[in-house]
Parts: sequence; C-alpha cells; structure tokens
Amino acid sequence: MAILELNNVTIRFGGLLAVNDVNLKVEEGTIQALIGPNGAGKSTLFNLITGIYTPTSGTISFKGKPVSGVSTHRIAAAGVGRTFQNIRLFTDLTVLDNVLIGAHSRGKWNLAGALMKLSPWVQKEEGELLDLARECLQMVDLTYRAFELSGNLPYGEQRRLEIARALALKPAIILLDEPAAGMNPQEKSELMAMIKRIRATGVTVFLVEHDMKFVMGISDRIAVLDYGEKIAEGAPEEIRLNPKVIEAYLGKGAADAHA
Amino acid sequence: MFLQQLINGIALGSTYALIALGYTMVYGIITLINFAHGEIYMVGAFVGLYATTILKVNYLVAILIAMVVCMLLGMFIERIAYRPLRKSSRLSALISAIGVSIFLSTLAQMLFGANAKGYPEGVFPVKQITIGSAEISTLQLLIIAISALLMISLEFIVHKTKIGKAMRATSEDYNTAALMGINVNMVISFTFALGSSLAAAGGVLVGLLFNAVSFNMGLMAGLKAFAAAVLGGIGSIPGAMLGGLLLGVTEVAGVAFGFSSYRDAIAFAILVLVLLVKPTGLLGRKIQKKV
Amino acid sequence: MADFLQQQLGYINPYYLQIIVNIGIGIILALALNVVTGLTGQLSLGHAAFMSIGAFTSAVITIKFGIPFTYNLLLTGFITAAVAALIGLPILRLTGDYLAICTLGFAEIVKVLFLNLDITNKALGLSVPAANTTIPMPVVVWIVVLLTIVSVTCIHNSRFGRALMAVRGDEIAAEAMGINVTRYKVQSFAIGAFIAGVGGGLYAHFMGYINPSDFGFLKSVDILSMVVLGGLGSITGSVIGATILSAAPEFLRFMANYRMLVYGCLLVCMMIFRPNGLMGGISFTDIVLRTLGRKPRLKIIMEQKKSGT
Repeated sequence: MAILELNNVTIRFGGLLAVNDVNLKVEEGTIQALIGPNGAGKSTLFNLITGIYTPTSGTISFKGKPVSGVSTHRIAAAGVGRTFQNIRLFTDLTVLDNVLIGAHSRGKWNLAGALMKLSPWVQKEEGELLDLARECLQMVDLTYRAFELSGNLPYGEQRRLEIARALALKPAIILLDEPAAGMNPQEKSELMAMIKRIRATGVTVFLVEHDMKFVMGISDRIAVLDYGEKIAEGAPEEIRLNPKVIEAYLGKGAADAHA
Repeated sequence: MFLQQLINGIALGSTYALIALGYTMVYGIITLINFAHGEIYMVGAFVGLYATTILKVNYLVAILIAMVVCMLLGMFIERIAYRPLRKSSRLSALISAIGVSIFLSTLAQMLFGANAKGYPEGVFPVKQITIGSAEISTLQLLIIAISALLMISLEFIVHKTKIGKAMRATSEDYNTAALMGINVNMVISFTFALGSSLAAAGGVLVGLLFNAVSFNMGLMAGLKAFAAAVLGGIGSIPGAMLGGLLLGVTEVAGVAFGFSSYRDAIAFAILVLVLLVKPTGLLGRKIQKKV
Repeated sequence: MADFLQQQLGYINPYYLQIIVNIGIGIILALALNVVTGLTGQLSLGHAAFMSIGAFTSAVITIKFGIPFTYNLLLTGFITAAVAALIGLPILRLTGDYLAICTLGFAEIVKVLFLNLDITNKALGLSVPAANTTIPMPVVVWIVVLLTIVSVTCIHNSRFGRALMAVRGDEIAAEAMGINVTRYKVQSFAIGAFIAGVGGGLYAHFMGYINPSDFGFLKSVDILSMVVLGGLGSITGSVIGATILSAAPEFLRFMANYRMLVYGCLLVCMMIFRPNGLMGGISFTDIVLRTLGRKPRLKIIMEQKKSGT
C-alpha cells in the first residue's frame, strides 16, 4: 500500500521551476531514498510533503488523504515526522525537552492542563509522554544525554537527536533530510543500523542522502531527481547502472564511458 | 484646497522620507530596526538649533553641521551597541536599540530641558508664493528641494559608486559579501553614517517647519518614519521615499477631514494595516523562506 | 479577619507599604510580559497597553457596577485577554521585529484612544473609587502575586509551556512537531494580557487615579527592563528584576532624573554582557534542591524508567 503518493507535483518559485511534474509512490514499511545532484529539488519536495510549500499544481496524498493546502502542523500530527537539512533543534532546551516537544501531538492537555498540573489525569499524560521520550532516546542511543542542553551536543549526536524527536511523533512515515551529512564512517554505519531498526518498528522511512554507499546499503527503492524532474526510479542495483543517473551526477562523458 | 493639502502633505512627507531612508537602509543590511534612529533625528534638530543660535550660521551650514554630527553619532552607536550583538538573536539587538533610544532621549531631556524650543527668527525668511488656489511657503519649497536633492544623491551613491555596490551586496547576502573581500564592518558603518545624516537633515528641516524642537520628538517621528518605510517596502530605498510621501499626504488629509486628535494614530493604523495585508510593502521584494 | 489585617498593616510605615505594593504590581506585570516575551519569544513592546486596558476596565466596572473585587478582576482579565486575542490573531503572524513595532503601534493607538474617549474621562484621567473588598489592598495585591507566580510556574513546566518554548526556539521546527504556532502565540499573548490586565486593575484601585499617559512607551520599557534584568524566561528572574527596579527608584530618589538613563544603559549592557539576565539560565529549583542534596524529580523518574521499573 502506498503510504505517500505524489501525483504530477510541480512547484514554481517566480520564474524558477523547482519541481517539475514529479510522480512518486512510497510503499508502506519500506526505506525509500531520494537522490540527485545539489539543487535538484529534493529538500523542496520534502517541504512540499510537509506542507511548508504548496504545489503550484499536482496533488500529494498521505495515507490516501490529500496533503496539499493542509497546514504543516496538521500534517505532522497526522503522522509525518521529519528532520531538517540544516539541523533545527531547540538549542536552548535539553535533549529530553526536545524529544518531549516531538511528542507534543501525542498529548492533549493545554492551558487547563498546565494549571491542573498536579491532577491525576494530567500527571498520567506527562508520564506517558515521558515514557515515549525515553523510548525514542533509547532508539537513537542518547538516553545518557537526556539532561544536556541540546545546543552543546556534538554534531553527530545532534543529528541523532533530531531523529529521536521526529520519532516521538509516533509517525507512520519519517522524512530524513540528509541524516548522514557530516558524519564519519563509524557514525554512518551506526546510523544505517538505526534506520533499519526504525523500519523494523513499522515506520516508513523516506530519506534524502548524498552518500551513495549509504543509500545503496539500506534503501529498498531509490528515486532520482535532477533539475526538479524524476529521471529514474527502481531498486538500488538498477539505479547504480542507469546511464541517465550517471550522466546527471558525473556528466555525459562518464555515462558514455560506463555504457 | 486639495492642492494646498497636497503640498502640505508632500512637504511633511519629505521629512518622513528622509528619516525612513535610514531605517530601510539599516534594516536592509543587518536586518535590525534601529530603534534609536528617531533619536538621531532629534539630535540633528537640536544641533541645527544650536548651530543657528550660538554659532549663528545660516540654515544651510546648520544642516551640514547637523549631518556631520549625527553621522558620527550613528556610527558610534552602531559600534558600541549593535556590532557586539551581530551574532546574537534579533531580540537582543532590538532590546539594545531600545536601550540606546531611551538613553538618548533622556539625555536630551536632561541637557535641553523638557520644553520645546524654537528656531530663532529670521533663520529662514519665510515668504508665501501663490500657485492657483494654494499658498506654498518658501520653507516648504526648501524642504522639498533639499529632500529631493539628498535622495537623488543617495540614489547616486547606492547605484553608481563602488561603496554603493558594496552596500547592495552586503544587504543581499552578508556572509557572501564578506567572503568576496568586502569590508563588511566598514560598509555597515557607512550605511549608518548615511542614514543618520539624512535623518539629521530631516530634523533641522522639521525644526524649521514647525518651529519646535523637543527631546521627545524622536519617538513619534521615528515610529511614523518606520511606518513609512514599511509602507514603501522595508529594505527598498525608493520605497522609503514613496512611503514617506504617502504617509505625509495621508496624515495631512486625515487632519483636514477632522481627525486631528487622532493624527498620530493614523501612522500606526497604516503600519498595522500594511503589515497585515501586504507585509512586503508597496515596492518590497517577496522573500521566499528557505527551509 | 479583614479588620485584623488592616490593623496589622497599620503598623507599617505607609511609605514602605506603597513600595511593597508597587513591587507586587511590578512582579505581576513582569511575569505577564515574561510569558509572552521570555517564554514564547514574542517581543511585546506595548504591554503597558494591556495594563492600561485593565486599569480602565476595572475602574469603570467599579464605578458603574460596583461588583465584588474578585469578580471585577476576573472580568477585567478576561476582557483584556479577549482584546489581546483579537489584536493578536492578525499581528502575531509577523516575525519578531515587525511584531514588536506593531505592538508598540497598538499601544500608542490605545493611549490616543483613551485620551479621547468620554468614558475614560479623556486627558483629565479617571478617579477610581475604593475597591469592593474588605481585605486591604496590599494583601489583595500580594495574594494575586502568589497566584500569578504559581500559575506561571505551572505553565512553564507543562506540555503547554514546552510548546511555547518550541515556538520561541524555532517556529518552523515547532510546526513540524505538530504545534499550531499561531494558535499558541495568540494564547500566550492572551495569557500575558490577562495577567497584565489584572495588574492594571490592581494598580488603578491602589493608586486611586489613572491617566492614559501613565501607560505610554516608557511604562512598557519599564516592564521590559524588569524582565530583561532578571532574565528572559526566568520566573525567579522576573521577580528579582521587578523587585529591584520597583524599589530602587525609591531608595535612589536623588538619582531620579537619571533613572531612564540607567534603564537605557541597563538594556544595552545586559544584552551585550549578560543576555540571560541575572538568573542567567540558572534554575531556582535546581539551586534549592542541590543545596538540600536532592536530585531533581525528573532525573529520578528517567533513571527509574531506564532500569525498567
């Protein structure tokens, strides 16, 4: 079952056609990768899916329901979690607080709840949110950092924290925007294992990445974007040998040489 | 009647434009609302006042002296109150700007007293010229002429000089400009200097126009000029000019229609309206947020 | 009971009593602004307007209806909050700087409005009759202070408070976490206005006379200075900041003219040298618990969960 469907999605920024007539289906429970040269429109696509941008034409549906025109927070609460290309943590808050904020949509008590803080029903919700946060931190192996200021964490741990925070939404699908960027090989292989663990819990993973080895190593399916258009799609092996993909990354000469 | 009010409005609006230019240039380059800008205008008015009364120079020299003094003042303020906060949150810089504004206006109150002072008689001999059904005073003509001259000079500097190009580059992308070898600190200081000198000229001209200079003229004028800058499109120099003129005309029209006690509120109403309906203003560019 | 309190208060020098009440009102206003600016990160430069709306609303309620003071304050709070929500809905969509100026503009509009309406007695100001309560005013004020401190503390440590802090930290990320940023901004604005309105009502009845010009830009800066001094986002900080800046002018009478000069310098220096205020990110409860040699509750809970309780 396709959990995420993009149909003829196009977005124009003034004169710039950032995403052009993209069709894509992401199957539930799989790890889908989106690759392409810089500026191909990958992050833009993520922003379209999460409602930060609205497509000029075309539709996006999540779990069969349309997403275009719905506000970002409603999409997130419906089960679409994400991380950002340039880490957007709440740096003045602790690691635990960051994840608790991720769990926001799993709770419901607002001002009334705050003022009735000591009541059993609010305490129960706080306990549940805390449990959820702890699970997410365990998934990314950051429990020992729970009370550190997130801004003080080393880069690799910040990236993991962003993932934990997105997991706290208890999402059906999680969008990872260049999760391995800036990591060393050791961290990358740990990350690969982590993402596989996430898939094992039933969460669909949709990721954008530049590291080919990383992408080939964990993806079930790969889609390739270039200049806003989808130029190829398939299993990792097919993509690796696809001449159009090689040309997009390395130029015509390399594609010819490979053929 | 209409022509009269139009002329009144343009004269008043030109002074708002002069102040608005400083706001828009600084905002365009370091995304800071220089809250203290209104106080610089006030200082300019006082410097002009003392230049004409104590140094007994003529009004043109007074304007020049005011411009120079405020140029230095503006650069000084940037150096000690804004530059250390360039890497901090915008909230910090804004609060610091408020602090400077409070400091300057209180200092002015202490030095110059709470009462409004007038420019001496005969600094500018005012004659009335009749055009059709309207009477325009030579003072208003002067204001419009000097404002136009200064704005044209500004446009020249920004578009036809090397430093102007550096200003435009820095305001487009601060970091890249620095990487291209532009001395960003110097460009920013220069921007403050330019904006402050224009505000100072505005101050002297307004002092002559209303014949009243007081320590608290900065706050109100500053806010109105900011409204003008936003109306025209913050960050856009032609926008500030247009916004200032429009605001002046609207305010005069409002008073003519009987809303004189709400005169000051007109600018704020416009400000709020613009921000709600078209926050980029009349001539501003729409900036797509990059996530 | 009321007579007993009144008698006890009679022993205190009325001059000091006034300072104590002023400190109390200062704390209430500072905490109000702290919710909006410290916790949610929205700079409100016109908070005195809410104090003004509260003061005049409360005064008019007493003059025209004379209902018991508790209901008066509650009604005042809700009315002020409603105005804030109405204004907030459109303008809170703006980013930081523009919002700040807008709030300032709004405050000026309120001031001009009140200076011209009949019901507020225009520029002459309004004489406020005594409040309909048997409990002496200083006690009422400090009861409200305590209630405010408790409420704001509860808000800080709750799901609601976390959402506000997320909005402060990064609005786009907050939205991606399912937080309706505009809704939370408006709610926090309304809460800040509610508290400020109540503070205004207390101020009106304690002073006995209010004038729209009392609540101009300088008053907003007063309140902002208290919050900045104590530390944006810190409750203890707001209390300390409000205490210092409400009491200091009295003890530094000789420096009265220099007061705003000092405030101006204070704002600039605080931002440059200690942007987190006096409390600088230090949590009051942490200090107390550490002195007592106990771990914060949250750490205990997390450890329990780790060992799989």
